[in-house]
Amino acid sequence: MATTLALTTYRLIRNGRKMTFEYAPAPESRAIVSIKPKYGHFINGSFVAGKKHFPTINPATEEVLSLISLGGVSDVDKAVAAAQKAYTKSWSKLSGKERGKYLYRIARILQERAREFAVLETLDNGKPIRETRDIDIPLVAAHFFYHAGWADKLDYAGLGHSPKPYGVAGQIIPWNFPLLMLAWKVAPALATGNTVVLKPAETTSLTALLFAEVCQQAELPDGVVNIVTGDGSTGAAIVNHPGIHKIAFTGSTEVGKKIARAIASTDKKATLELGGKGANIVFDDAPVDEAVEGIVNGIFFNQGHVCCAGSRLILQESIAEEVIEKLKVRMSKIRVGDPLDKNTDLGAINSKEQLVKIKELSAVGDAEGAQRWSPQCNLPDTGFWFAPTIFTGVTQANRIAQEEIFGPVLSVLTFRTPQEAIDKANNTPFGLSAGIWSEKGSRIFWASQHLKAGVIWANTFNKFDPASPFGGYKESGWGREGGKHGLAAYLKNGKESGAK
Amino acid sequence: MSFYGLVDGSEKSLLKFLDQLSGVDQVGAESRAAMLATRSIKTTSKKWAIDTAISMVDLTTLEGADTPGKVRALCSKAVRPDPTDPTVPSVGAICVYNDMVEIARTHLDAIGGKHVPVAAVSTAFPSGRASMEVKIQDTQDAINAGAAEIDMVIDRGAFLSGKYGLVFDEIVKIREICGEKVHLKVIFETGELVTYDNVRKASYLAMLAGADFIKTSTGKVAPAATPPVVLVMLEAVRDFYTLTQRKIGVKPAGGIRTTKDAIKQLVLVNETAGPDWLTPQLFRIGASALLNDLLMQRMKMSDGYYASPNYVSID
Amino acid sequence: MATKKQLRVDVKKTYKIFINGAFARSESGRVFEVSAKNGDFIANPALASRKDLRDAVSAARAAHSGWSKATAYNRGQILYRIAEMLEGRAEQFESEIALTSQITALKAKAQVTDAIDRWVWYAGWSDKLQAVSGATNPVSGPFFNFSISEPQGVIAIASDVSFIDFIDAIAAAVVSGNTTVVLVPGSLAVPAMTFAEVLATSDLPAGVINILSGSLDELAPWAASHMDIDGFDISGINKKKQGELKVAGAENLKRIHAFSNGQSPSRILAFMESKTVWHSVGV
Repeated sequence: MATTLALTTYRLIRNGRKMTFEYAPAPESRAIVSIKPKYGHFINGSFVAGKKHFPTINPATEEVLSLISLGGVSDVDKAVAAAQKAYTKSWSKLSGKERGKYLYRIARILQERAREFAVLETLDNGKPIRETRDIDIPLVAAHFFYHAGWADKLDYAGLGHSPKPYGVAGQIIPWNFPLLMLAWKVAPALATGNTVVLKPAETTSLTALLFAEVCQQAELPDGVVNIVTGDGSTGAAIVNHPGIHKIAFTGSTEVGKKIARAIASTDKKATLELGGKGANIVFDDAPVDEAVEGIVNGIFFNQGHVCCAGSRLILQESIAEEVIEKLKVRMSKIRVGDPLDKNTDLGAINSKEQLVKIKELSAVGDAEGAQRWSPQCNLPDTGFWFAPTIFTGVTQANRIAQEEIFGPVLSVLTFRTPQEAIDKANNTPFGLSAGIWSEKGSRIFWASQHLKAGVIWANTFNKFDPASPFGGYKESGWGREGGKHGLAAYLKNGKESGAK
Repeated sequence: MSFYGLVDGSEKSLLKFLDQLSGVDQVGAESRAAMLATRSIKTTSKKWAIDTAISMVDLTTLEGADTPGKVRALCSKAVRPDPTDPTVPSVGAICVYNDMVEIARTHLDAIGGKHVPVAAVSTAFPSGRASMEVKIQDTQDAINAGAAEIDMVIDRGAFLSGKYGLVFDEIVKIREICGEKVHLKVIFETGELVTYDNVRKASYLAMLAGADFIKTSTGKVAPAATPPVVLVMLEAVRDFYTLTQRKIGVKPAGGIRTTKDAIKQLVLVNETAGPDWLTPQLFRIGASALLNDLLMQRMKMSDGYYASPNYVSID
Repeated sequence: MATKKQLRVDVKKTYKIFINGAFARSESGRVFEVSAKNGDFIANPALASRKDLRDAVSAARAAHSGWSKATAYNRGQILYRIAEMLEGRAEQFESEIALTSQITALKAKAQVTDAIDRWVWYAGWSDKLQAVSGATNPVSGPFFNFSISEPQGVIAIASDVSFIDFIDAIAAAVVSGNTTVVLVPGSLAVPAMTFAEVLATSDLPAGVINILSGSLDELAPWAASHMDIDGFDISGINKKKQGELKVAGAENLKRIHAFSNGQSPSRILAFMESKTVWHSVGV
């Protein structure tokens, strides 16, 4: 009797109360960052004023953050001259051991100032603070740390005895992982004994300019790292400069092809990290809940602004319905909003131009007859936003299965047999990445042997490490970055891709 | 019993069902749990989370040295965790050994705690190593003494040697004894099951056999209620609801000592099973030291400065 | 030493052994005297016993699981941090080495900078060993076949009197994930224990490096015959005595090596084992 009473009371009090758990705003403070009203270039160890300027904005709010210099041919000239002088007079005279110690210093300072860089990257790029804090910036430091250790071990890199650097490397990087792409370029170049002239992307130059301060704090010899900001014309000036024999470019396939044509009759070497339309293959024996996480991570991480994004879900037909249902439930938990809020999962689209492209291609998807779905999202009024979106009923013949959208848009296709999955995955001019979801080891190795992709993730996605080579087959580019393989591009007497 | 129409009660039918369950990728499950642990819960949502967590605590004492005095002190704390602040909610339940149930129930009723149920651990808790007769008697004794909830342990030896039918039958038996009125929680001892695949299997097995709640651990073995284990169990109850329209509760127990830990659990619930589960009816936290940390954090939120253990009572 | 002008009495350091992240006296209570070139008293380092060795091996074994499972990046970071601490104390090492050994202050300074750079060199190997020593092997058949190198376990080190070889031997052993018990003889005990202080103030987990000052003649045979030691770097042992240690080590087929030329990845690989895995490939 006592039991019944207690139970009834318990039920009366606790029954039927509908709970919600709203997360209050949890903004990361901007106070740690101090942005100058105007920036010049970083040449020969100091900041020099630029002549023409253009604004750089916070894509989440459209607020102008600063004015960036538009580098011209003469700025590039000065930078290359500084890099050449630094190579001849100081950098090439240092032993690998000493070069390595400069890179260790840079790595440690980046770790010390990690929070500052994370906030700045979020402001300039629009990606969530959780990603810059937990993924981008730690990887940046790790890249410098890893490559610091190679500087005095190049004899062991499998490139022969005493491989030699080129001298000055011209490096052009994209806006999707601004500081990380800088690390991928600068760290191996310096470790192998080269000096650099680097151009960050138009919309995201701030962390590169702050990196210049780190070079100063590390007492890096003047001219070893030079940073010239600007637009496509600045990049072209670097590519065409007679003093640069080694080019490293990450960006669109279209521009990559331009570069390949531009250097065709020269003896310049280039590595190119270009676009992709990664196939994420989910077999019927996949660990389903983790596969759903992997699908979400594959296309919504970094707002889908990822060359190796899993932008095509190639799903075994027998489990398609179950997986799509779970995917939709999972997508409705994606938090879209203020990138500086620690609980935001999906930030702003980097620029108005990019947002237009995403909207255009999504409209194409509608026109091609695919079924579009997005969860309910309250998108802010200012800034550039796009809700996470999937298109089901997509086929290989659709443009949204072939063209890179570079946004949070997933195209879903189905397959019946393993061979069909491989064929669909490979049926593209791109070849950067692929994902395989299965609990069967032999199937994973079989698929990885058949997939024409430079990076293959099994039961995971979008994982990066300085020790793991990255790069694509076919039109996804030339060469690899990271790992022992990534050193080759910066050393003569080493294996070169796309070289004569 | 109809077993939701999904199995027929035979081991063969059970094995067939368990076999078609998807596996759990350890790396994927752990990284999802780790990502959810980065959620930053502040200000109003933190206040709400603290109070919710308090109302979900199954305040526990399961020691050989338990005495009537100890149990009464725990009951007082359970009803009014902070004697100086009546806005602090009571806890979700008291959890004791079956020979302390009557003392707990009597004392709770005497101090205005009629709304706080008494849960008893049973079936030869914590090891589960005894005859079925003993386990049945253990359960019956607790119910007779006034327990509104039974926290039973599964036979891990049987589970690990593949005797799933035996594990299932034991739960069914205890379910029968509990009847409709007594609320049954089934403890897996996930630290002994080790793999997430096993946790998923055990979750479905227990739900099919009639559990009202699935519970991670006895609190006597580490690791206990790690976030990825709780994640896998929340996924199981979420999917079970899709299958059967029945909502089963989850109770992590063991190793949840700080407010931060508790809030991480609530985030897991919120973003996995969903907000419907954010009620003591469907989520409990088995803990003892946690309550004081929740109280100290609650004080800090209302006072605006950091608290000290001197200002919360020991039980 | 106090002069008429200097009224302050120095606080002299006590030199203990370093086991499981803590400083202890020898369980035997014994010490030995270390004096300067001119005969002045410097210190009474502990004279470790076989029981201290036994305890050190237990600590090293217990630490092995965590250290070998840490990511290569993490080990590299910790070793680099040790280099940071070493650099900060460079002058202390220089004066101790100059005071206790038969070399000039200038040579001592060169040794110390060399040792620090050497340590950094080893730290950078942590996440590159697999690229250099591992392989995927093109076997004839539908198999994915790969070879990876793993740390052997607990490595004993009988150190030479030179500080640089002491550093070399330790770094080579631990960078891959081994844990160590290091035996240091004579005056090397002084900078070796200062090195232990560096370890205690870096993020190195307890038990990864254990340092025992004492007599190699007394302790080396016990290390050689210890069945829970996997490898033994006997570079510091007199060539005539190496043979008998190898005989004792044969009992558990210890991997026993002596190195005369310090800086080389082969010193690291000597204390690693290669594992080859076959996996069927098929749909």
